[in-house]
Amino acid sequence: MKRLAWPLGMLAALLLVNLIFTDHFFQIEIKDGHLYGSLIDIFRFGAPLILVALGMTLVIATSGIDLSVGSVVAISGAMACLQITSLSSQDSIGGVLGAAGIALGLAVALGVGNGFLVAVIGIQPIIATLILMVAGRGLAQLISDGQIITVNSAPYKLIGGGYWLTLPFGIIIVAVVLALTAFFTRRLALGLLIESVGGNAEASRLSGIRSRGILIVVYAFCALCAGIAGLMISSNVSSADGNNAGLWIELDAILAVVIGGTSLAGGRFSLSGTVLGALIIQTLTTTIYSIGVPPETTLLFKALVVTIVCLLQSPAFRAKVFRNRRKPAPPAVSAEEKVTVAT
Amino acid sequence: MAEAILRMTGIGKEFPGVRALDGVDFRLLPGEVHALMGENGAGKSTLIKVLTGVYSIDAGEIELAGTKVAFTGPLEAQKAGISTVYQEVNLCRNLSVAENVFIGREPRKFGRINWREMRRRTAELLRQLDLAIDVSKPLSHYSLAIQQMVAIARAIDIDARVLILDEPTSSLDAGEVAQLFRVMRRLKDQGIAILFVSHFLDQIYEIADRMTILRNGRLVGEYATAELPQVELVAKMIGRELAELERLDDRPPARTSDTLVEAVELGGKVAPFSLTIQEGEVVGLAGLLGSGRTEIARLLFGADHAATGTVRIGGEQVSLRTPRIAMSKGVAFCSENRREEGLVPELTVRENLILALQADRGWSRPVPRKKQDELVAKYIKALNIRPDNPEMLIRNLSGGNQQKVLLARWLILEPKLLILDEPTRGIDVGAKAEIQKLVVELSDGGMAVLFISAELDEVLRLSHKVAVLRDRRVVAELPNDDNLTTDVLMETIASGAAK
Repeated sequence: MKRLAWPLGMLAALLLVNLIFTDHFFQIEIKDGHLYGSLIDIFRFGAPLILVALGMTLVIATSGIDLSVGSVVAISGAMACLQITSLSSQDSIGGVLGAAGIALGLAVALGVGNGFLVAVIGIQPIIATLILMVAGRGLAQLISDGQIITVNSAPYKLIGGGYWLTLPFGIIIVAVVLALTAFFTRRLALGLLIESVGGNAEASRLSGIRSRGILIVVYAFCALCAGIAGLMISSNVSSADGNNAGLWIELDAILAVVIGGTSLAGGRFSLSGTVLGALIIQTLTTTIYSIGVPPETTLLFKALVVTIVCLLQSPAFRAKVFRNRRKPAPPAVSAEEKVTVAT
Repeated sequence: MAEAILRMTGIGKEFPGVRALDGVDFRLLPGEVHALMGENGAGKSTLIKVLTGVYSIDAGEIELAGTKVAFTGPLEAQKAGISTVYQEVNLCRNLSVAENVFIGREPRKFGRINWREMRRRTAELLRQLDLAIDVSKPLSHYSLAIQQMVAIARAIDIDARVLILDEPTSSLDAGEVAQLFRVMRRLKDQGIAILFVSHFLDQIYEIADRMTILRNGRLVGEYATAELPQVELVAKMIGRELAELERLDDRPPARTSDTLVEAVELGGKVAPFSLTIQEGEVVGLAGLLGSGRTEIARLLFGADHAATGTVRIGGEQVSLRTPRIAMSKGVAFCSENRREEGLVPELTVRENLILALQADRGWSRPVPRKKQDELVAKYIKALNIRPDNPEMLIRNLSGGNQQKVLLARWLILEPKLLILDEPTRGIDVGAKAEIQKLVVELSDGGMAVLFISAELDEVLRLSHKVAVLRDRRVVAELPNDDNLTTDVLMETIASGAAK
């Protein structure tokens, strides 16, 4: 829990900043049976990032990295939209489910490919996934034939833009995926095995862990999460843009994982930390809009805040800052004593 | 007696929850080899780290050649003339030998690194240690022993007045130790003060002039080596008379029982060999460093692929392609390379302990937490693992206790054949005796053990029979009867043939 204290504090600070600049920021109300409010929006728009970051957490825990998630987001959206446009009725629930299934199946297959390159062929993860990061954009273009595919499907719209039981549907999806991931990694032994492979791959092999299998599963899971995120993003705008969907989301996801306290060197991971990290990034994005940072400089502003967040989280940095503050204190006290003696 | 070059008085150091050093006095004279003795966790490493500026001290003071010093880092200590060679070689294995020796202080010419000069000086330096190797090759190209020598070469080249050798011999074979001792004597004659840490008592008595004994972070005393018999030394180190350190009796002759493992013409990184292991039998592997002992172990565990030959386990022919297959047949392997092939440093003692069991059950059948706690408590008690906190990260344990955790990892699986590769290397006498006793108990209980150790008397004491290796070839298989002595073993290793 102590590990989560800093990200929690950071999130609280960011939310407080919003309180100053935005009226009714913490207000949540029910309109037409739906929950509305800025906080709900942060969750809703942050849902794809949380998903991608969850998958990324496990990959990073194996001391790997997956740069291809952004491309998988684009591919999955393009594939789903392509399938839906070929339906006789775009509102058929079965048809939309089938389309989503095909898109997610493709995402998983791509993830298995990543895992195969890393675990079996032995390519460094950053290189192996770079291949799909670059080639994947091309694949998305190929699927959509270079066009932006627009769909007009009510069931599909539900995934990223709809509501269910007063909650945005995306939040429900995130909750389910998070619960399942937590179950598999923490209630079952998958988490321990992943941490072991990430902590010392050779020792794990010699302890009888099937590290290849675990790596492939983890990369496939990461791609599945990216695939679901891709459905949400394209559903929200009812179209698929092979070029821009999920662009740079891998960097935000990696950042979320790191802010959440999982080391890029692998080993220990924290799912709740990652969720917090993703929420911090999403809140920051929202904050940038609400406090009116000029659009030209948003990236710069974001980079500054992220740097501060990372510095504050580093124990080494904190130790330095606090030591520098503490050092001058004792002489000041002794000086005072001397003064008292003199008088 | 000459004036001390180094004097530490009343040194205290505390870590959260532990008083690592408590009022320790220590002095080092120029031109002496001084042994620092104590069990694992006695405070030897902490004292060295305090001295070299890795840790700051909480109490006491350090004087170097009469001036009070307080180092804030290893580099500062080095500049003041205190050089250290650590147990685990702290060099960059991907850089060349010459780069390693001169890293951070490369000879320069017009501001640019003078590579030729660097190689020449490195070669010259190594020649003083009787080492003729290609200094432009990466360090990883050479064996651990040579890497250790390079580390020493680096340490003495930095005008050292005090040289600290922390377990330098733990990975060296007899010839290399002799070579190292020659170098140490030469340095001693030059007036350098050498602080030497080793778990090998024989080596201490061969090389050390005086010794300082620590126990539980406190000073026990300072003695001249010649005036302190070994038995007393050990008693002072562990603080009690040593019933369990009594020599284990020679093993009774191997009972004839069922054959467990039968390897026929098995070969890979070693020349094809044949070996049978009975149930309840301890088979020792003797040979110099690099003679192929570890390679045999890895072949039998499926960690390396066999190029030739067959293995039968319990009468059934097995293709040992992966460690998992070997594990499913009841084979367990405790590697000599704790850091790289054993520990998962970020995980806790409990998690490291149950790792092989969990791997065996697969990800979908977690070991219930209650069962984990029971198992962990049982083995922490049985093997006397300290501190007995299962939720501590294993990297914070001392080497001997890490070794016990790794041993327990395999014992939990109740294997039929336990392969122990140097299980007692680098750990203290107390823990060593515990592990030796355990091997005897396990084999009496019917477990077969393949026991690998560089210490021949240990091999001889525990084994029913001994296979001797030389140059990656099994040259003899000797039953452990009255005729087999360490001298015979040594002769066999040296001559490469049984008499």
